Formats: sequence, structure tokens, C-alpha cells
Amino acid sequence: MRILLMGNPNVGKSVFFSRITGVKVIASNYPGTTVGFTKGSMKLGSEEVEVIDVPGTYTLEPTSKAEEVASQMLQDGDLVIDIVDATNLERNLYLTQELLERQIPVIVALNIWDETKHKGISIDVAKLEERLGVPVLPTVAVTGQGIKELVDRIPEAIPPTLPQRTRDERWAAIGEIIEYVQTITHHHHTWLERLQDASVKPMTGLPIAAVVLAASFFVIRFIGEGLIGYVMEPLFEKLWAPLMMKLSVALGSSGFWHDMLIGNLFDGEIDFFQSMGVLTTGLFIPLGAVLPYILSFYLILGLLEDVGYLPRLAVLLDNLMHRMGLHGYAIIPTMLGLGCAVPAIMATRILESRRERFIAATLISIAIPCAASQAMIIGLVGAEGMQYVAMVYGTLFVVWLVLGLILNRAVRGFSPELLIEIPPYRRPSWRAVLTKLWMRVYGFLREALPIILLAIFAIGILYNLGVFDAIANFTAPVVSGLFGLPKEGVVAIVVGFLRKDVAIGLLSPLSLSAAQLVVGTVVLTMFLPCIAAFVVLARELGIKGLLMAIGIMLAATVIVGGLLNLIL
Amino acid sequence: MKDKRQITVPQMQPGQSGRVIQILGGHSLVNRLNSLGIIPGKRITKVSAMFMRGPVTLQVGRAQVAIGFGMAGRIMVEVD
Ligand SMILES: Nc1nc2c(ncn2[C@@H]2O[C@H](COP(=O)(O)OP(=O)(O)O)[C@@H](O)[C@H]2O)c(=O)[nH]1
Ligand SMILES: [Mg+2]
Repeated sequence: MRILLMGNPNVGKSVFFSRITGVKVIASNYPGTTVGFTKGSMKLGSEEVEVIDVPGTYTLEPTSKAEEVASQMLQDGDLVIDIVDATNLERNLYLTQELLERQIPVIVALNIWDETKHKGISIDVAKLEERLGVPVLPTVAVTGQGIKELVDRIPEAIPPTLPQRTRDERWAAIGEIIEYVQTITHHHHTWLERLQDASVKPMTGLPIAAVVLAASFFVIRFIGEGLIGYVMEPLFEKLWAPLMMKLSVALGSSGFWHDMLIGNLFDGEIDFFQSMGVLTTGLFIPLGAVLPYILSFYLILGLLEDVGYLPRLAVLLDNLMHRMGLHGYAIIPTMLGLGCAVPAIMATRILESRRERFIAATLISIAIPCAASQAMIIGLVGAEGMQYVAMVYGTLFVVWLVLGLILNRAVRGFSPELLIEIPPYRRPSWRAVLTKLWMRVYGFLREALPIILLAIFAIGILYNLGVFDAIANFTAPVVSGLFGLPKEGVVAIVVGFLRKDVAIGLLSPLSLSAAQLVVGTVVLTMFLPCIAAFVVLARELGIKGLLMAIGIMLAATVIVGGLLNLIL
Repeated sequence: MKDKRQITVPQMQPGQSGRVIQILGGHSLVNRLNSLGIIPGKRITKVSAMFMRGPVTLQVGRAQVAIGFGMAGRIMVEVD
């Protein structure tokens, strides 16, 4: 048996899905979080049944990709749990009406029930059940309230027998139902609702956006640096370093395995940034340098997502984004890109046209530094002073803007206008925020840790074989001539293709000047994305799109790197 | 009370309410707007508009919807 969870976007399907299947999925307070579908299973009586979290749809007449997927999946389902937003019953009932016209059993979850009271909405569940002819249960997916009761009544769901109707007939039917089951008492605007309106009005919204973004930036830095300074560095310096020194002595302070595991000693000491051993730099980069920023970034992003701020940012920035061939909603994948390009490029699916997806994905891979790149920028350039860090970010921002303007002219096709539902502000549930944070941090550790360790190991071997010297000599004209970097800098650029953060360990021994560090980190960030991002880019853009994107990347890197070297 | 005027959404003042009269556009536009609850006969309120022909935010029933300027111009309303 296969159960489909269906409903409008942003009504709590994914939270509901996690509840009944135990499978963790990312849920956020904006439409379009689930673009693919997720499968899980649950026990129903003694039977193990399949449950599918279907992408949100407003209607079964497919008007977008997500809706096409949804109406196709309906063919192969045996039962639908229709998740309805109780605070927006009228609009949500449209999909319910369409579902009731299909020959499939339906059970309705009146979700977000907890918010009806303070919004002055009262719904007579018994009457609604009578009118719809299928079981209806109030639920609160975030706390689990009502979900067990709903599952218990699944056997009562029978295929309804509504005839096929026209759109107008459905809306008329909904009007009658609403009249009969729902009463709305006037309530005073809460401060949250006032804030809601203020944040999309230009005169108040733009200052609010500036404050939110600046505050996010400072909090992310504050938490990130705090974690590094007070937790990670002490752990590595006080606990791990003595242990590794013992190992170093045990290995005889030199030789192949010493070089591989511990790496080079500087004045007889381990330098976690530069030693380049698998157990020293290999562990320090992911855990000591990148993880703190991953944690703080995704905590703040998760809060912004769950409060429901991002769609407002989309409205405010829509004008600007249109000049770049995108619309405001592209700001969501772009912000995700500040964490990792992989989910960011996948999230470009919330954009409707191929052209938009190409532009957004290309811009993300070139000009949006992921957490690993940012750890590299801050780790390397930060030591020289914040003005240089600002220079790197400023350059990347200008590249993003200018490249967007150019791509808007150059890429053929059509970019549609913004059309989104703006969710209400919600108080985020800590449970949900922390679950999401854990999923993302765990994802980072699972993906990044093995690759970094492997990369450090491979670098050690290739150094020993002299491969890098050969490459360095070959690429010297570009790297030294054009970018003004020492020719060994190419190693960092090549390795940056595996992972950007490993380059910290490769650039720091070169004792570059501040200007060289700025050029070096900009080039590294813009040059080909890391291999994981590459794979999704190929999948999302196809081979032709990928080749075009690579061409743009290389050209942009050479031009910007060369210009920066001339200016600085 | 015979002073009802028909205008498009971008011509409405922020805070002004009205009733949707018709949507001037193809099947797919009508479809997308309908699915967000923007249907003839429905009351909507304009919450705000970004300057320079930016998107318009509407209150539609219990929900808020942001609509690009061009699309918003195809929604005819009778304001009160
Ligand atoms: N207050 C409240 N919030 C909920 C409830 N269910 C889900 N949410 C929140 O609604 C937002 C959308 O949830 P999500 O599962 O991503 O919706 P989906 O797009 O339908 O999958 C998230 O921020 C959830 O935390 C509920 O019952 N009550
Ligand atoms: Mg979802």
C-alpha cells in the first residue's frame, strides 16, 4: 500500500512526514522546500506501508513542474492524506475538492491547528467532515498532536464519489462549505502581523532587510569565531597536539608514515594550518576551521527560514534580480550557496525557466563563496586585517552583479515574473531548527571529512612523486605572470577542485603578501567549484549547460584575477 | 453609491481593497492566479508595492501573495 501526503506548499507536509515515518527531511517556512519527493514507511496495523512526501501543489491541473510531479504521482497512490492549512482553509480546500473528484480514498489533516485560535478562526470539524464526506482531523505536525488519531482513522477513508466539476463550480462549493463551518472573529493586529506588513513595504522593508542581514552576518561571525577560539583551538592545541607529538616521536619523527599522518613540523611543533598530515591538518581543517562556521551559518539560516523571512527578501530584491535575468525568489538558492553549493544548485529548481536555473546556478558556482571557501578566506586573509577580507567579499559581490547583468543580456530565453505566496511569520520551533541544523551539519561531516582526509593523503603522495612541480612549471605563465602568485600556488588551485578548504593548508606555507592573498582567495573561490558541486551542476544543467558554465567560470576567473593583480 | 471604479492592481493605493472583476490573460496565467485564490468576485487588499515597477503584495483571504508588476497589471478590480 502506498500513502501520499499531499497539500498546498508550506502547510507542514514534510514535518508531518517526519512524524509518521521517522525519516528526517528538511522543512522550511517558504513554498517550494520539497522539489523532489521523499519516500519513507510506517506501520499501519500490522502492515508496513509506503509513505511519500509529495511536492506541494495548489491544484491538480499542472501549472508548474512540482504540480506535474504531484498529479503524476496520484496515479500510483492508494490513499491520500490531504494536509490542509487550517489558518487558510478556503484556498486549501480547492486542492481537497479536486482530490475528492478522483477515485482515491482521502483523509484530511487540518494542520497548523494551534495557530487558528489566536488568529480568531474557529472551524467546526464535525460539520466539515460531514460536508466533505471523508474523515477530518485537527493536527499540529510540529508537536505531533492529533497525528495518532488521524492514523487510527485511516481505515475509515473511502473513495468519495464527487463528480468532475468546473473550476467555478468548485469555488462555489468551497464558498458554501466555508460559510457553514468557519467563523472568524475580529482580532487586533498582533505585532507580528504589523511586522509582516512592514517588512514588504519598501520604506520600512529595505531598512529592516539591511538590519536583518547585517545582524545575521555579525551573529554568524560571533558564534563561528567563538567556537573556534574557545572550543576548537583549545581542543586541538591542548588535547590533540600533545597526543600527535607522542605519535610523531613513536613514528621516529620522520619517514613516509610520519609525513603522511603528522606532516611537517615547524620548529619541532605541529602547525595545524600547514603541517599537511592526515591526522593534523586533515582533521583540523574540517573540524577546527570549517565546522564552526557551518554550525553558526546553518543555525542562523535555519532561523531565517523558519521564521519565514526569506520570501520577503525575495520581494524586496525582485527588481535587482530581474536585471540579472532572475526574479526575487532566486535569492533563496543564492543564500543557501553561502553554506554549500550542492543544496543551493539543487534549490534552483524552485525557479521556473531553464534560463533562470542556468543563470542562478552559474552565478552560485562562481561568485558565491561556500562555507569552506569562506573558512579559507577568513583563515588566510583575516590574519592580514579585515579590510582585506572586505576586499575579497566586495570583489565577489561585484562579480556576482556584473556577471548577472551580462548573463541577462547574453543568455537567450525568457525569465518569468515573481508569483509567490508569502507565508506568515511564525515563531520557529527549536526542535525543528535544531533537527534541521543537525541534518545539515551531519551532511557536511559525512561528505567533507572523507574527501578532505583523502585529499591530504593524495597531496602528500603527489608531492613525494614530484607531480606538483611539473604542474607548477607548466602553469607558471598564468599563475605567476597573470595572477602574480608564486608558481606553487597552482597546487592550491588544482586541489581546490577537490575541496576549497584544503587550500588553506597549501597557501599558508607560501607566505604570500596581503595583496597576493586577496588575489589567491578570489581566484580559488571563482575557479571551478569543488567536485561535489560539479556533479550536481552537471546533473541540473546537462552536459551542454555545464560546458557553458565552465567556460564562463574560466573566463571570469582569468579576467578578475588578472585585473585584481593589476590594481593591487 | 454608484461611484465604483474599475482599475488594475498596480493602480490601487496601498491599503485599498476591491473586488476582482476579471483577469486579462491566457489560460495558464488565469490558472496560476486562480490557484492562489485570486478569482473573479474575490475581495483583495493591496498591502504594498515596491517602487520602480516592482512586485505588488496582495492580501487574498488569509494569505499574502506577491505578484510581479506585469502580471498584477492584468488583474482588474472594482475598488470601493
Ligand atoms: N505552528 C505550526 N507550524 C507548523 C505546523 N506544521 C508545520 N509547521 C511549520 O510550517 C512550515 C512549513 O512546514 P513544511 O513541513 O516545510 O511544509 P511543506 O512545504 O508542506 O512540506 C515550517 O516552518 C514548519 O515548522 C503546525 O502544525 N503548527
Ligand atoms: Mg516539504
